[in-house]
Amino acid sequence: MIGREIVVLNEERFRDPRLAKALIDRIQKLIETVAQRKEGLLGTDENPINLMEVCGTHTVNIFRSGLRSIFDEMPGLRLLSGPGCPVCVTTNMDIDAALAIAARDDVVFATFGDMVKVPGSKKSFAVLKAEGASIRLIYSPTELIEIAESAPDKQVSFLSIGFETTTPGIAYAIKKAKALGIRNLSIVASNKLVPPALNALCANPDVNLNGFVLPGHVTTIIGLAPYEPVARDFAMPCVVTGFEPVDILRGVEMLVAQLSEGRAEVECAYRRAVPVNGNPDARKIMSQVFEPTDMRWRGLGVIPQSGLKLNAQYEDFDARNRFNVEASEEIENPKCRCGDVLIGKCLPTECELFGRGCDPEHPLGACMVSSEGTCAAYYRFGFT
Amino acid sequence: MEKMIRLAHGAGGVLSHELHKYIVERLGGQDASALADGAVLDLDEMGAGQGGRLVFTTDSFVIVPRKFPGGDIGKLAVCGTINDLAVMGARPVAISMALVIEEGLETEKLGEYLESAAMVAAECDVRIVTGDTKVVERGSADRLFINTSGIGITEGGNEIGPQMARPGQKILINGNLGDHSIAVVSAREGLSFAGQIESDCAPLFGLIGNVLEAAGGKVKVMRDPTRGGLASVLNEIAGSSRVNIRIDEAEIPVNDKVMGACGLLGYDVFHLANEGKCVFFIEDDDGAVENALQAMHAHPLGRDAAVIGEVEGIVDEGATPRVILKTIIGGRRIIDVLTGDLLPRIC
Repeated sequence: MIGREIVVLNEERFRDPRLAKALIDRIQKLIETVAQRKEGLLGTDENPINLMEVCGTHTVNIFRSGLRSIFDEMPGLRLLSGPGCPVCVTTNMDIDAALAIAARDDVVFATFGDMVKVPGSKKSFAVLKAEGASIRLIYSPTELIEIAESAPDKQVSFLSIGFETTTPGIAYAIKKAKALGIRNLSIVASNKLVPPALNALCANPDVNLNGFVLPGHVTTIIGLAPYEPVARDFAMPCVVTGFEPVDILRGVEMLVAQLSEGRAEVECAYRRAVPVNGNPDARKIMSQVFEPTDMRWRGLGVIPQSGLKLNAQYEDFDARNRFNVEASEEIENPKCRCGDVLIGKCLPTECELFGRGCDPEHPLGACMVSSEGTCAAYYRFGFT
Repeated sequence: MEKMIRLAHGAGGVLSHELHKYIVERLGGQDASALADGAVLDLDEMGAGQGGRLVFTTDSFVIVPRKFPGGDIGKLAVCGTINDLAVMGARPVAISMALVIEEGLETEKLGEYLESAAMVAAECDVRIVTGDTKVVERGSADRLFINTSGIGITEGGNEIGPQMARPGQKILINGNLGDHSIAVVSAREGLSFAGQIESDCAPLFGLIGNVLEAAGGKVKVMRDPTRGGLASVLNEIAGSSRVNIRIDEAEIPVNDKVMGACGLLGYDVFHLANEGKCVFFIEDDDGAVENALQAMHAHPLGRDAAVIGEVEGIVDEGATPRVILKTIIGGRRIIDVLTGDLLPRIC
């Protein structure tokens, strides 16, 4: 195992209670301004400003920091959670394909930790492991190379999930594997892209949003430009922000300020981490290995050009081809309202399965499966 | 003694005798019969006075890696059992140690683990009085499993237990949360969070004794937040006593590096395991809370001790007892019990 030194930034000032209080007061004043401006049409309890945080890490941190309780008590504003948990939006089809491969005697199967408990249509990696399958938890995709090299007589396969933050690391590992002539490595590609999902949300007539709180981590890779069409075509205020309470409050403040001034722009409240142009090197390596494709999201259906598959040069690494896995049918519980939760149309607590048959130990729907899923967050931290 | 434990070391013959001798020596060369099949304990010698009661506990230890910053499986096994006794209000007096060894374990490493076990036991004046050794085939165990059982003596009198939490009691902890989990995960996965985090693995008997002395009969609940962390322990106490508990995030001692590691791995610090921490619920009168806090601050294992919250109301029938966190920025949320394993998230 390689040693990895991780720099821990001191983020204390972004948890400063006085700064947080000042921002909360300012957001409340701005909401009043919006309500006056729109003559009571927006920013009131009857017609609240609907902001959506797209990222699962935001969802969890909003609960963990207690911001959820503060926003819940703030008149005229609602914070909804979007489809930004990569584990949650991975379909049963993809999980089943991965499980079928993982069950083979000749395979060592690698996966990220929070995928382990997620149920496919029949079982999970955790169950498969208990049955004797060789399942390895990895923290970083570069570990795939080490595993493949240390087990030359085995096939090493990986369920490749994640958004633009995670995908460059996977692309790097695949590219390196090819350069090293490693032939016993393959992936089930299920990587997804954030901007097409935002477009799909805005174009959905059932969705009623007034602004996006956008994920800082993804933006460190893609930069601000990919959000421009969303802001322009749908007149949707967009603010990229970080994950500490003050970051999130600042993001919300900037969104409500845009609404109060009638603007719809892409802004960044996370300049300490996000370069305007993102990370061109990471995007380059991603495009060398993957290409966009239509992809099915759990709960949302197929979104055009929202996923990534291995391109022609790297298709040898496609696990579905290598192991001849047939696509199964996507079956979801008909009572499950994850599709509505993921687009902010209903709250987890409004689903009849929530806490009554569906909980983090026995998840039925996409949003309950991962620790960063919206339903799981409501279940764990909420006062319901 | 050979360099590696083989199956034959468990077969009962000459090699078994050698291994047995090796173990007894490493455990501090206690009296020759130390690791006989049973131990005879003299209650008078142990200082059990009138009304004294025996407390008996057992625990098994399985950990990868077996050696981590701040401890190893041997130290952990003895500390764990001493702490289980101490939080029952008991003075630990005797421990048994059973080893399940996978063939192939390096003898020298076994020796190291036993020596650190012996060191903690000596420090706390506890004797390892009996034990057992089994050697199993490769693949039947993960190198080394240790089971320790312990006997302690309590003077009786003051009733302490998870059912004793009442509104108004203050909740104290003797230091930083989560060091053990992060130390072990870092060592296992080769991660380093801007320098090393050491496990808090330590015997709590001395510290707990000082707190009990300082706060008299006002200490009503004591628990060590090991696996499942502070979240598990507080939820259990809330459930047993049917009370709501409030914790103040701003008061909770956490090392910055542990905080950073949690942010990165997606862990909740309240779910992280501790091996040298005790949570106290203390009635807030006659200066008992202040006295207990001072006693902790004066002890090496309690320098970062703090009052972290209090017991709120009794829960109505039919309602669920809650552990509520008042967050740094003034919000509120539930502290939930960990479901399943602690798993790192992907992004």
